[in-house]
Amino acid sequence: MTHVKEKDFQQLSDVTVRFAGDSGDGMQLTGTQFSDTTAWIGNDLNTLPDYPAEIRAPAGTLYGVSGFQLHFSSTDIHTPGDTADVLVAMNPAALKKNLPDIKNDGTIIVNSDAFDVKNLKLANYDNNPLDDDSLSGYHVFEVPITSLTANALEGLPLSPKEVSRCKNFFALGLMYWLYDRPLQNTEEWIKSKFKKKPEYVEANSKALQAGHKFGEMTEIFTTRYKVEPAKLPKGIYKNISGNEATALGFLAASVKSGLPLFLGSYPITPASEILQFISNYKNFGAKTFQAEDEIAGITSAIGASFAGHLAITTTSGPGLALKTEAIGLAVMTELPIVVINVQRGGPSTGLPTKTEQADLLQAVYGRNGEAPVCVLAARTPRDCFNMAIEASRIALKYMTPVILLTDGYLANGSEPWRIPHVDEITEIKVDFRKDPEGFYPYSRDENLARPWAIPGTPNLEHRIGGLEKSNIYGNVSYDPDNHDKMVKLRTQKVKNIRNDIPDLKIDGEQSGELLVLGWGGTYGTIKEAVAKANNAGLNVSQAHLHYINPLPKNTEAVLNNYKKVLIPEINLGQLARLIRGEFLIRVEQLNIVRGLPLKVNDILEKITELLGGGNGK
Amino acid sequence: MANNTETTTPKYKAKDFSSDQDVRWCPGCGDYSILAQVQRTFPEVIETRKENVVWISGIGCSSRFPYYMDTYGFHGIHGRAPILASGVKIANPDLSVWVATGDGDLLSIGGNHFIHACRKNVDIKVVLFNNRIYGLTKGQYSPTSEKGKVTKTTPFGSVDYPFNPISLSLGSDATFVARSIDRNPKHMQEMIKRTGAHKGLAFLEIFQNCNIFNDGAFSVLTEKDTKDDHTLFLENDKPMVFGKNQDKGIKLDGLKPIVVDISNGKYSKDDLWVHNEFSVSPTHAIILAHLDDNKDLPTPVGVFRQYFKETYDGGIANQIKYVKEKKGEGDLEKVLFGGNTWEVD
Repeated sequence: MTHVKEKDFQQLSDVTVRFAGDSGDGMQLTGTQFSDTTAWIGNDLNTLPDYPAEIRAPAGTLYGVSGFQLHFSSTDIHTPGDTADVLVAMNPAALKKNLPDIKNDGTIIVNSDAFDVKNLKLANYDNNPLDDDSLSGYHVFEVPITSLTANALEGLPLSPKEVSRCKNFFALGLMYWLYDRPLQNTEEWIKSKFKKKPEYVEANSKALQAGHKFGEMTEIFTTRYKVEPAKLPKGIYKNISGNEATALGFLAASVKSGLPLFLGSYPITPASEILQFISNYKNFGAKTFQAEDEIAGITSAIGASFAGHLAITTTSGPGLALKTEAIGLAVMTELPIVVINVQRGGPSTGLPTKTEQADLLQAVYGRNGEAPVCVLAARTPRDCFNMAIEASRIALKYMTPVILLTDGYLANGSEPWRIPHVDEITEIKVDFRKDPEGFYPYSRDENLARPWAIPGTPNLEHRIGGLEKSNIYGNVSYDPDNHDKMVKLRTQKVKNIRNDIPDLKIDGEQSGELLVLGWGGTYGTIKEAVAKANNAGLNVSQAHLHYINPLPKNTEAVLNNYKKVLIPEINLGQLARLIRGEFLIRVEQLNIVRGLPLKVNDILEKITELLGGGNGK
Repeated sequence: MANNTETTTPKYKAKDFSSDQDVRWCPGCGDYSILAQVQRTFPEVIETRKENVVWISGIGCSSRFPYYMDTYGFHGIHGRAPILASGVKIANPDLSVWVATGDGDLLSIGGNHFIHACRKNVDIKVVLFNNRIYGLTKGQYSPTSEKGKVTKTTPFGSVDYPFNPISLSLGSDATFVARSIDRNPKHMQEMIKRTGAHKGLAFLEIFQNCNIFNDGAFSVLTEKDTKDDHTLFLENDKPMVFGKNQDKGIKLDGLKPIVVDISNGKYSKDDLWVHNEFSVSPTHAIILAHLDDNKDLPTPVGVFRQYFKETYDGGIANQIKYVKEKKGEGDLEKVLFGGNTWEVD
């Protein structure tokens, strides 16, 4: 046996890794496996899958590159990292496309087998970057991953194509070695995934082990890295994506309200997964209806709501546009539904697989007539669970549509989640109207919600619809004063939700020079930027909105406690516009619309600029 | 899951289905007849208590229908009645769910929902008030208006070919397809009863006269001196005979229907096409749907086709039952704590 030099271990507090390759190289799978194992051994983590809309773009091309970035650490973290410490590039296109996002002095592991004339040409490289000095600022490790995988799998009854498809597991095994992670989690996953194909179990496991062993045996890696588990609060954890958390949140809301869940939906990126997850919950009585179109998705949900279900619909921006008229119908008929909009890059088809926050005004205002709805936004992948329950609670209590905004980054990204026990989740109280005595379909309770009298209830037969209804009695009414009254009642009802939601919370000083106000998926980035600014001695606080319509009662007071307010958004200033309109105060904006999460550094620079280059103490 | 506390079905009368709202259709409108026949037949049609009946509509004159019925009702948005009804029915399969809709509502803006509801065999009853015109928007041509029709939006005649609603529903695999006429109350009552008795998507087209914007659209089928020679009443297992003196019949020449005289001894009833509502293949029903494409042939009314397959709402309910039996009643704690978990002390 060759003598293997004992490798050094170096301790790190956090690392950002990016896996990149062809869409067909299995980079999302590799990233997810690395994330799951990393979570499982107790690191905190945050991920950013970044993939093209094409399922299998031509191999080797720049537009076919699929990436997965994850940031893991021994401390509490909130972002997937601005730039990566390590890039695993499976071909020249992956290297070219991702190099700008790699730290200077970072590590690059390339599959050197893929750097042939054809692939270099496809990636528009005139010279092989492995041969010139273009990568001189990086630590480059050339590993012939394709041929090493083939060697490891020699003798197995697989075609060359099938062998080649195992190379992502070799890369994963190598990364597991480099960062001292166990293989067990992935080995078990492989076993269950390929239950019916034992030859794939053997091949993928062998590739994984070969990658790990290669790290041990080769001379090119002299150092391994250790990232200790993070000190997270006590509890049982799992790694969870925003879409899965959303699905579980609605399942929990169904159980806690005692209402069967109905999801009417049409598949759309990046929201389809929620429909897929909920389709598995049939033994909870959940009904999933894959409708003929977006309009049918929401309209079936409105029908189910009329019939007494917890009714929801899932979509992304273009689908929300199509659902517009039906949301108006739910406003008019005052029926509870939750519309989940997993925002993506727009307008039109836009950037289906990328993230954005540009549907905020569409959610708040995008309907004909005065059509107020409650608008909520989740801030992290695991927060989607809580906000799904909260959206359900508000819809059911106030008999109103609620739009829950998440985004592509939250939906696909994942982080460790301390799992709540069922008895820790608050019950949602629902009272169907049963008593015919004094029943009128548009009478109202103390919150201005109308009674929910579902078909099948004796002696409460009544008619609702999209035409204006007379106050209390609910008959069709064209009376001018009645319309004025109803417009105001519907608006007041949504405003009343203010009395029922938590105050806007401030992280940091309760008053001072600068407040960074955000909403939705930018939470983690703002949090890290503000923390860094505070560490640099700057006087900055953070507040992040869960509730956008209505805004928390103390919002104006909070904003007035700071000399300046900065609102960073992945749009051109939609929350900023709302805040100005609502409170007539001056706000500063930071707007970068690249289809990607904001970077900590961008916000930090803006903070520094606003505080006069660091003099804002 | 209909949460009715009483289980017996009372003996209803027509007026039990009449709401307290004033009917606001134009005097002379065919819709009045449809409302009257529905209210007259419902005590017999509805095998359940009336709180389990829901009428759902879209937009248009016909879509005001739910307001006039003393049942649960939902006046939706344009074109969406079939899908709104599907949501109600899937949520609660114990309800008897009816759709009142018009030709613009169902076949233009709502065409997609209609064909998919047919395809899925959702157990809803769709009653199409076909007047071949847009009435509520005051007289534009509709997707069932004949080619060349002069209306406000087609001053030089429409260049559109119309949909044949019977053919469309048959082509979309509706499990019950029938047609009636507003001016024939007895026949309409019979068809409403058949529609209500069907388990699965039942489609009933009713030719309905709009006396304001398209008066006389069906006069050839309703006027005394023409109707007998132009209407073919379909009866199961019966030869297709029509005409004032019941002296004409439809014979199938291969797949081509022809009119024959059965009074002169050359042909008898034995030579005629015998209607089979329950034919396994939709072919003959589709030939019937297109019978009057040839203006020498009569327009069929009655049941074109009826067959049975699992309903969509029934399928969903059965699947839930099956998964519950297989996996056990859902346990939230188990689902939340499932997958790869780890403990932090």
